Amino acid sequence: MKAINNKSIKKFLTVCAFILPNFIGLFIFTLLPILFAFVLSVMEWDSANPMTFVGIDNFLRLFKDKTFQIAFMNTIYYVIGTVPITLMASLGLAMVLNSKIKGRNIFRTVFFFPYVASLIAVVVVWNMLFHPDMGPINSMLSFLGVKNLPKWAASVKWAMPTVILFSVWKYMGYYMVMYLAALQGVPKELYEAGDIDGTTKWQRFRYITLPTLTPTTFFVVIMLTIQAFKVFDIIYAMTDGGPGRSTTVLVSYIYAKAFTEFEFGYASAMSIILFAIVLVITIIQFRTEKKWVSYM
Amino acid sequence: METVSYKKIISKVVVYTLLLLLLGVALIPFLWMLSASLKANKDVFSFPIQWIPHPIVWENYIEIWKKIPLITFILNTMKLTIIITVLQVVTSSLASYGFAKLEFKGRDLLFLCYVSTIAIPWQVYMIPQYLIIQKMNLVDSHWSLIILQAFSAFGVFLMRQFLISIPKELSEAAKIDGLSEFGIFGKIMMPLAKPGLATLTIFTFVTIWNDFMGPLIYLNSTDKKTIQLGLRLFITQFSAEYSLIMAASIVTLVPVLIVFLSLQKYFVEGIATSGLKG
Repeated sequence: MKAINNKSIKKFLTVCAFILPNFIGLFIFTLLPILFAFVLSVMEWDSANPMTFVGIDNFLRLFKDKTFQIAFMNTIYYVIGTVPITLMASLGLAMVLNSKIKGRNIFRTVFFFPYVASLIAVVVVWNMLFHPDMGPINSMLSFLGVKNLPKWAASVKWAMPTVILFSVWKYMGYYMVMYLAALQGVPKELYEAGDIDGTTKWQRFRYITLPTLTPTTFFVVIMLTIQAFKVFDIIYAMTDGGPGRSTTVLVSYIYAKAFTEFEFGYASAMSIILFAIVLVITIIQFRTEKKWVSYM
Repeated sequence: METVSYKKIISKVVVYTLLLLLLGVALIPFLWMLSASLKANKDVFSFPIQWIPHPIVWENYIEIWKKIPLITFILNTMKLTIIITVLQVVTSSLASYGFAKLEFKGRDLLFLCYVSTIAIPWQVYMIPQYLIIQKMNLVDSHWSLIILQAFSAFGVFLMRQFLISIPKELSEAAKIDGLSEFGIFGKIMMPLAKPGLATLTIFTFVTIWNDFMGPLIYLNSTDKKTIQLGLRLFITQFSAEYSLIMAASIVTLVPVLIVFLSLQKYFVEGIATSGLKG
């Protein structure tokens, strides 16, 4: 009996030795904060004075907060703008790169590079390229005879489209790699059967490639949507939410409330809203995944 | 017959034109950055664009080091990148072995916990995380970023994907030969999981090097700042020195470019693993 006990203690210690170094850190710095976020969302706290319980007041306040509404709508704008365009761009790139062309690997590397490049460096070059008065983009447009040149990131109307364009450029390479991996998995026999039937290229794409890619497309849409809802660093670096509040998104407002106004409770309530949105999207993914997979 | 080859040529031309166009879209910002970094400041925005600067102003690349403590920023970033990457790879691979090869009660539940953490955006819990670090008096210290980023659920997930594909028979044979779990981990699993280790290493390296939000929240003093914050500081302080800003940007991009170009197949593997199997 004692021998067995010793053995199981030894086994337990072995498991601990492998798991704990990671788990302790993850517990303190990720799991606890997640739980704490829910607690904070029903509190009022500036970290200097004692915490007070306010119930759902923070959430009620959100509904009346004009900036929150603007930030929410801007986030929706960003989601609707980036998801379809990034999806089409990455699928298009993958399709072109999947055909037999010279220098495929070089092309792949180049398209992927914006994704790994440091954000601040690429943002500053974009802001220069799109500079309203001196930038080469506007110089080119004016050369081509365009009147009323857009002021891009400096105008209320064009700031969000500029951010969206940038985001598509930066992230299309990442999703392209996912599509390329999926395209490798399209069975060759399907195309061969198609060849016998004398299909055109478009028909092949429409009736063979696209349906086989459905699970990947679905996954990419989910990922893009979640990414878009939690956007912040791009906005902070490019426009800092401006001009006015034209590009203020959900997380910019959370950041401002928490780290410049120290309203930790109120900011946490917004975080919980973000959490709820992401949760709903994830549940939709799990629910529908089975349907798509059985399609294969 | 003639129409067929004619059609083929047309489609080839279309594909290559499209590709070149897209290549331009992807590359032009970088080429413009490089070109502007070697120009005199007044020539940066001259139109039509002068792609090869005349004269070439190499001095820009000397000037930037004098304007701002760029060397401090680079050393800080290197320090953080190396420490965090090592800690993350070590703790992740240990834990992933636990989840992939050891059997214990509640293992799958705990792993589910890990996977859920990955699904929850960091933005949701960045505030409580900050408050904990504040309580520990680690704000404005490199330790804050180290302890926050050293323990990654994603790293465990990624490494587990690699370990799980290694056949069980290997470790069973090793056990009969008298190797302990640590022996199996160190002598058999890790050498076999090298592609996984490489993937995790470069992903972490690039993420930490490029990290902007973490340092933005946690580091205030100039002598603690990282390269991304430093570049941002440079941009706000010398907003009209366009060519110098471009030169400094190039400097921040070079290390990532080198790592990426030399190890890019691991990147592709990493995305395929985390994306499609997840």
